[in-house]
Amino acid sequence: MSKILAKTLYDKLWDAHYVTDIDGEGLLFIDRHLIHEVTSPQAFDGLNQKGRRVRRPDLTIATMDHSISTRSTSLDACGPKNALQLRTLIENCREHGVVLYPVGDDNQGIVHVMGPELGLIQPGMTVVCGDSHTATHGALGTLAFGIGTSDVEHVMATQTIRQSKAKNMRVRFEGILSEGVYAKDLILALIGEIGHDGATGYVIEYAGSAIEALSIEGRMTICNMSIEAGAKAGMVAPDTVTFEYLKGRPNVAKEVDFHALVSRWSSLKSDPDAIFDKEVVIDVSTLAPQVTWGTNPGQVVGINEPIPYLSELISTSEKDAAKKAFDYMALTEGEVLSNLPISHVFVGSCTNSRIEDLREAARIASKGHVAKGVKAIVVPGSVKVKQQAEKEGLHHIFQAAGFEWRLPGCSMCLGMNDDILGEGDRCASTSNRNFEGRQGRGARTHLVSPAMAAGAALAGHFVDIRTL
Amino acid sequence: MEPIIEVTSKAIPLTGNNVDTDQLLPKQFLTEISRTGFGKHLLHDQRYLDDKEQVPNPACVLNDEAYKGAKILLAGENFGCGSSREHAPWAIADFGISVIVAKGFADIFYANCLNNQLLPVCLPANIVDALMMMCSDDPSIEITVSLKHQRVMCGDVMATFTIAAHHRVNLMNGVDKIGRTLQDLSVIEDYEAKYLAGSSV
Ligand code: SF4
Repeated sequence: MSKILAKTLYDKLWDAHYVTDIDGEGLLFIDRHLIHEVTSPQAFDGLNQKGRRVRRPDLTIATMDHSISTRSTSLDACGPKNALQLRTLIENCREHGVVLYPVGDDNQGIVHVMGPELGLIQPGMTVVCGDSHTATHGALGTLAFGIGTSDVEHVMATQTIRQSKAKNMRVRFEGILSEGVYAKDLILALIGEIGHDGATGYVIEYAGSAIEALSIEGRMTICNMSIEAGAKAGMVAPDTVTFEYLKGRPNVAKEVDFHALVSRWSSLKSDPDAIFDKEVVIDVSTLAPQVTWGTNPGQVVGINEPIPYLSELISTSEKDAAKKAFDYMALTEGEVLSNLPISHVFVGSCTNSRIEDLREAARIASKGHVAKGVKAIVVPGSVKVKQQAEKEGLHHIFQAAGFEWRLPGCSMCLGMNDDILGEGDRCASTSNRNFEGRQGRGARTHLVSPAMAAGAALAGHFVDIRTL
Repeated sequence: MEPIIEVTSKAIPLTGNNVDTDQLLPKQFLTEISRTGFGKHLLHDQRYLDDKEQVPNPACVLNDEAYKGAKILLAGENFGCGSSREHAPWAIADFGISVIVAKGFADIFYANCLNNQLLPVCLPANIVDALMMMCSDDPSIEITVSLKHQRVMCGDVMATFTIAAHHRVNLMNGVDKIGRTLQDLSVIEDYEAKYLAGSSV
């Protein structure tokens, strides 16, 4: 008798969605396909040219997020090119029968914020989107990953995707977070530890006592940045926190059916003896708030530590990357970031624009006023987040402290609209990428948690929020 | 799509690791709704001193006339990391490149290359460094990348590379992946029927 192999959560989700093998690759069924204006037009165009249709419009959901204005709900607010792209999405969705939540709709938002909010994403699903931060949805116990436009077209036409199986990695965050340390700090610390490509070829399952203690919002922040470690996807096994989050959301079954779902979802976890190809354990109890100093998210330190000296870096490629980053970021080795003046603050993006993030930022913002010479904006992740924040009066706190309160969208995370930084601007940003030019040509981005961003806004430089 | 079997050409040495898709094709060019014409914007920030692309940066290797017509790009570690934007490989292909030889690739970018008949070849760092050195010293030097034999050759350097068999076959035949998957539509429908009945979850 052959022994039944213990499986990881990823193995289980893979097996449940495995349709067949095509030319040596797995063909996986996709439960949810999220689309937006930037990576879909060429896919629709490809379909139309071949006379193909979106096979399962009922499993496809569209919104507008990347190239919209955060000051106006007019499609024309960011110029004719953005407007054409947005109108093309409207036209394509109408033509193919896909539900679209456009600007101005109550359900609109950053694709990775509005999807879970509407209960569209549920444990055990496969979720794809033409956006690399699709891993966000893994926080609900799904296999979720970003794809390019050719694969968007493939999913549209077939409701499946071709995949080679990734390896399994488990990251355990153990211990209790100290005050002022958040999910964002955990994921930044992990990327700092394993490197910007430390998880390339893997799907990460996040586990450990610190993950169990986190809200779904916090878990989303962590899963979101899995791609910044190179991982294909990140996920957390569903538990009571997950079930509570889903209960009562639109698109989620009610009452008896909900209980049936919960009992099914409860089996979605790695077997106790499942083997991971790689395992990393991080003790979070001594972790300080993190700040990136370089031009990739792995170049990160605790706020209480100096940035590295070149002599401390081991490999030549690390040294070269650091030299290049020091140059771009106008920093010198061994410098302490807490004295570094900043010019901009951005609280937003699919990493940190959910209600919990805004509450933490507002808590700090209520302690003072944005420093002279600093421009600070808060961009909620979705209309629902904005409404909730306004119900709680957070917008008044932000505005009284000198922050601008904007409409939902991707905004300064990538600057496809007019929320863009200039040459030499230095920004404390709650987004996920500090790449050269990401927020504007020659602009310098430091990734931090929402509370750290708010703290920097008040002080005009980075501060250890634990001391505020 | 054009099959790829073997490419012999000059090669552009693009030094540095972690060249991300934001650098390869910055966001201001993502508003296009077609797949073509991105080549002129490839590596925009490094390649032009101005935003209007009127003033080429002489220090950027893409502007070096000596490499004109090159079909091979040499790159460092974790090439194409970051966003899933397929506009980045579209720009590389539109620039005239058909093979990227790198020390490593980011996952989504790798898949995007394959979907665009762009051959990603991963080689050990010391070999890529040697090739970069040779091509910087003498830009006219040609590299041969044979997908058929899974081999890269340049002067005394000879290295083999691995690529999944199905990717190799697809690139060598230039297959329409969607068309191929749709041949199995009935299998998908069978799966779907069972899945919806709840038996496979
Ligand atoms: S907020 Fe940023 S990372 Fe998230 S989907 Fe938008 S552009 Fe992508």
